[in-house]
Amino acid sequence: MSSFRRDKKEEEDSGASVFQNLDKTTLLQESRYFNSTPVNPRKCIHILTKIIYLLNQGEKLTTQEATDMFFATTKLFQSKDVMLRRLVYLCIKELSSMAQDVIIVTSSLTKDMTGKEDLYRAAAIRALCSITDSSMLQAIERYMKQAIVDKNPAVSSAALVSALHLSATVPDLVRRWVNDAQEAIMSDNIMVSYHALAVVAGARKNDRLSTVKLVTKLARSPLRSPYALCLLVRHAAKLAEEDQSEASEPYLEFIESCLRHKSEIVVYEAAHAIVNLRKSARDLAQAVSVLQIFCGSSKATLRLAGARTLAQLTSKHPNAVAVCAVDLENLISDPNRSVATLAVTTLLATGAESSIDRLMKQISSFMSEISDEFKIVVVRAIRRLCSKYPRKHQSLASFLAGMLREEGGVQYKTAIADTIIALVEENPDAKETGLAHLCEFIEDCEHTSLAVRILHILGREGPKARQPSRYIRYIYNRVILESGPVRAAAVSAVARFGASREELLPNIRVLLSRCQLDDDDEVRDRAIFYSAILDSNDRQLIEDYIINVSVPNPVLLEKALSDHIAIQPDEPFNISTIPTTEEQNESEDVPLQVEISNQPVVSREELYSEQLKIVPGIEKLGPIFKTCEPIDLTEPETEYRVRCVKHIFTRHLILQFECLNTLNDQILEKVHIRLDPAPGYVILGEVACEKLPYDKQGSVFCVLKFPTNPIETLGTFGATLEFVVRDCDSTTGLPDAGEGYADTYPLEEVEIGCADQFRTRAPTDEWESSWERGATAAEACDTFGLSQNDVNEAAIAVCKHLGLPKAAIGGDAIKEIRGGGLWREGTPMLVRARLVSGQGAVTMQLTVRSPREDIATLLLAAVG
Amino acid sequence: MVHTGTMEGALFEPTLYIVKGMCILDNDGNRILAKYYDKNILPTAKEQKAFEKNLFNKTHRANAEIIMLDGLTCVYKNNVDLFFYVMGSSHENELILQSVLNALYESVSILLRRNVEKRVLLDNLDAVMLAFDEICDGGVILDADPTSIVGRAALRTEDVPLGEQTVVQVLQSAKEQLKWSLLK
Repeated sequence: MSSFRRDKKEEEDSGASVFQNLDKTTLLQESRYFNSTPVNPRKCIHILTKIIYLLNQGEKLTTQEATDMFFATTKLFQSKDVMLRRLVYLCIKELSSMAQDVIIVTSSLTKDMTGKEDLYRAAAIRALCSITDSSMLQAIERYMKQAIVDKNPAVSSAALVSALHLSATVPDLVRRWVNDAQEAIMSDNIMVSYHALAVVAGARKNDRLSTVKLVTKLARSPLRSPYALCLLVRHAAKLAEEDQSEASEPYLEFIESCLRHKSEIVVYEAAHAIVNLRKSARDLAQAVSVLQIFCGSSKATLRLAGARTLAQLTSKHPNAVAVCAVDLENLISDPNRSVATLAVTTLLATGAESSIDRLMKQISSFMSEISDEFKIVVVRAIRRLCSKYPRKHQSLASFLAGMLREEGGVQYKTAIADTIIALVEENPDAKETGLAHLCEFIEDCEHTSLAVRILHILGREGPKARQPSRYIRYIYNRVILESGPVRAAAVSAVARFGASREELLPNIRVLLSRCQLDDDDEVRDRAIFYSAILDSNDRQLIEDYIINVSVPNPVLLEKALSDHIAIQPDEPFNISTIPTTEEQNESEDVPLQVEISNQPVVSREELYSEQLKIVPGIEKLGPIFKTCEPIDLTEPETEYRVRCVKHIFTRHLILQFECLNTLNDQILEKVHIRLDPAPGYVILGEVACEKLPYDKQGSVFCVLKFPTNPIETLGTFGATLEFVVRDCDSTTGLPDAGEGYADTYPLEEVEIGCADQFRTRAPTDEWESSWERGATAAEACDTFGLSQNDVNEAAIAVCKHLGLPKAAIGGDAIKEIRGGGLWREGTPMLVRARLVSGQGAVTMQLTVRSPREDIATLLLAAVG
Repeated sequence: MVHTGTMEGALFEPTLYIVKGMCILDNDGNRILAKYYDKNILPTAKEQKAFEKNLFNKTHRANAEIIMLDGLTCVYKNNVDLFFYVMGSSHENELILQSVLNALYESVSILLRRNVEKRVLLDNLDAVMLAFDEICDGGVILDADPTSIVGRAALRTEDVPLGEQTVVQVLQSAKEQLKWSLLK
C-alpha cells in the first residue's frame, strides 16, 4: 500500500515537473527548434504550450526577447497541424503587445481567414484583428463583411466580436459593417445573435432615435438567444430610465414579458431592471415574487442574486421587501455567508424593533467569515438602525465596538468609526458610550487618518460630556505614543478641552507646556499657539481660534493666495473671503449595496474654478465668494439645453451659461447670450462660445458688476441664446458647405436673490451668545404672513429662501430658525425667524442683526 | 482594493465586456492558468497573484459557489485538486457569470475525459488553453456551449489512430464513455 502511494506521488510530480521551474532563457533557446524543417508538430506544440504557460504566469519579456520569440513562432505557419496552428495564433495574441513588427504575419493570417479550413478561420480573424491597425484594416474590410454573415457561427461570432473590439479605436470603419451585423441578429445561433446585437447597438449608442427603433423592433421579434435578450433588456431599461413619461411604457411592458422567459438569466435580468426602474410598489409585485422564488433556489448564485436585488429595494420600497420576510428568514443560516449577510441586513432594515437583538446575534456568529465588502454592508445597516431606533443604541454600540476590535481594512474601520461618530452626534443618550468606544479604539488604531479624525471628534464632543477629564487621559496618551500627525491632532483636541471647560484649564496648560518641547514642528507650533491663546483669557479669541475655527477650502485658498501675490502683494489678505469647507451633514441614504465607489468630494467652487480661468481679467475680481447651484433655463428634452451657474465675487457677478446642443445634424457657432440686466447692474464683458458641436458642453460667460446699493441687487435678468446654425453630417460631424444662418432661442429668466449673495451656516452651539453680543449692531425686524398652512412646510420654505440648511430649524409649537452668514463683501449677519401658526395661516417674525443696516434690510426685502 | 468604475444608478450597463477574469488554481492556490481582461482591474501580475491568493483562502474551504471580493463577483467550482473561477464586476448579472463558469468547467471536463484533476489537466494544457480562448475574447463571452467550445478547441482526442491503439486502450476508452453515458 505504501509503495502504491509513493508511486502516485511520483507520478504527480512528473506530470507537474514539465511546467515547474520553467525559465525564459531556456525557452528562448528551445524556440530555435521552430526553424528546423520539416516541423515536428508534437514537439513544437509542447514548446509553445510552455511559452504560453510562462507568459500566463506573469513572466515579463523584453521587447527583443518577445520579438525573437515572435519571429520564431511565425516559422510554424509551414505546418498544417490544426492544434499547432491554433496555438500559434494564441501565441501571436499573447506576444503582440510586447513584440515589434507584429504586422509581418498579416498576410499569413489573412490567408487563413479566407481559406477553406473552418477551424482556422474564426481564430485567424480574432488573431488578425488583435494585431492590425486602422490602415491595414481597410485592406481586409471586404473579408470582414463576408465573415460577419458567414454561415459558420464560429466565424461569424469571431468577426462580430473583433468588430466590437475595433469599434473602440475605429468606430467609423465598424459603422460601415452595421448592415451586415443587422442581418446576423436574426441568426439561429444564440451567440452570433448576441454579438451582432451588440455591434449594431454600439454603433448607434449616440443616436437615441435609432436605438429606440432598434429596441422597439426587436422587442416584438422572437429573439432566441438569452444573452441577446439580456442585452436588449438593458437597452430598454436605459431608454425607460432616460424617458420617464408615458412613452416608456412599451419598454417596461417588454421587460415585464421577459419575466416569463424560460431562461433564469433573462428572468433575473428583467427582475433586476424592474426593481431599479419601477416607482410604485404595486408595479414591483411580479418582479419581487420572481426574486422570492430565487431566494428559495438550491443554487447559491441564484439565492445571492435574489437576496442582493431585494436588498437594493429596501431603501425605496421597504414594504415590498417586507412581504419576503419569511424567505429571507430562511436564508439567515445559509451556508454561503454572503447570502446570509444580505438576508440579515435586509431584515434589519425592514423588520421591527423587537427582532433586532435576535438578528444581531445571528450576524455576530458569522461576522468573522465574511469579506470586508459585506462587513461594510452590515455596518451601513446598523447605521440606519441607529437613527431609526435610537433606543437600541446600547446593544448597537457594543456590537460596533466588538467589530472595531476585530481585524479589518481601513475602509471597514472607517465605516464603523463613521457609524459610531454619527451615533454620538445624533443621539444624546449614546454620546458617552460612543465616545468611550472611540477612546478605546484609538488606543490601538494603526490608521493615522482615522486616529486624527477620532481625536477631532473627541475634542469637539468630549468637553460637553459630564466628566470631560476622563477623555483627556486617552488623548494625552496619544501625545506620548503616536506619530507626528496624530500627536498634533491630540494637541488640538486637548486645547479644546481647555477652551471649553474652565475648571480643566490649569491642567491643560501643564499638558500643553509639555508638548512645547516636542520633536515635531507641527506639534510644537500647535502647542505654543494654543497656550498663547488660552493665556490671553480673551473669550472671543478663544472662541474664534480654538472652538469654532472656520476652515477655508484649501484648493480655493491656494488659488486666492497666488492671485493675491500676483496682483496686490502689499495689501493684507482677507481670509474670510474664502469659502469654507462645508461639512457634509445631510448624508444621502445609500441603498444596501455591495459596491464601494470612492468619489472625492469636490466643492462646486473647485469644480468651476478651472473653467472660469478662460474669462479675461478674472484675477482682478478677487477670490470667488460662492458658486450657486446650476439652474435649468430650458425645459428638459429640448433642442438646446442651457443651465445657468451664478458665480458671486465681492463686487462682481459672473453668469456662466452651460449650453448643450442635442441635435446631431447641427453645429452652433458664435454662441452668445443676450442679457437684459436688471436695473443697476452693469455688463462688463462676455466670453462667447465659438463652436458648439453635438453633445459637447460649451459655456458662455457674462461678467457683471453688482449695484452699489445692496437693496438694488435683487432682480431678474432676461436672457436669449443667439447663435449661427450650420448643418452638418450627423455621423461624421463635418459641417456642410455654406455660411449657416443666425437664429435665437428664448431662455427662462435668471433671478438674482438674496440667498445667492450669502454664505450661510446652521447655528453653532454658541449662537445664543453671538446673538446677544450682536444686540449692539444694527437690527431690522418685520412680521410677515406666509402662504403655507403648515408651520413645518413654512419653516422649510423660509430656510430654502434664505439658503439656510434644514438643521437651522428648531422648536416645536413655535418654530425658530436660527442662522448666520457672511455677505459677499465680508459683512457678517445673524438671523432669527420665529414662526407661529394660528387660524390656518402662518405668521413669521424675522429679525436680522448685522453691522451694516442695509444688509439687514436686504434680507427682509428678500423675504417680503 | 479594486474599484470597478463608478456606476450611476443601479441598472446594469448594456455592455458585452462582462468577464473581468477567469482562472484555474491548484489546491495550494497556485495559478495554473489565468486571464484578466480589464486593463483597469488588477493590471499587474503581482496584484493578480495577491488577489488569487486571497480568493483561494476565502473559497477553498467553503463550497459556496459565489463570493464578492474586492469589488468583483467571483463564481467558482472545484473538483479534486482544481479550482475554477470566473470574475465579473460586482455590478453584473451573476447568472451570466455562472453560465460562463459552467461552460469553462464542462469544456475542461470533456477535454480531460471527466478526469478533472491537476495532473491530467497539465497533460492537456494546450487544449485547455484553447478552450479558455474560445470561451472569452477580451472580456466578451465568445461561446458558452461546452460541446461547441470543445469542437472549436480542436480536441486532440483521436490523435493516435484507432489501428495503432492497443486493445486495452480501446477498451478503456469505451468503458469510460459508457460509464459517463450511464451517469448522465
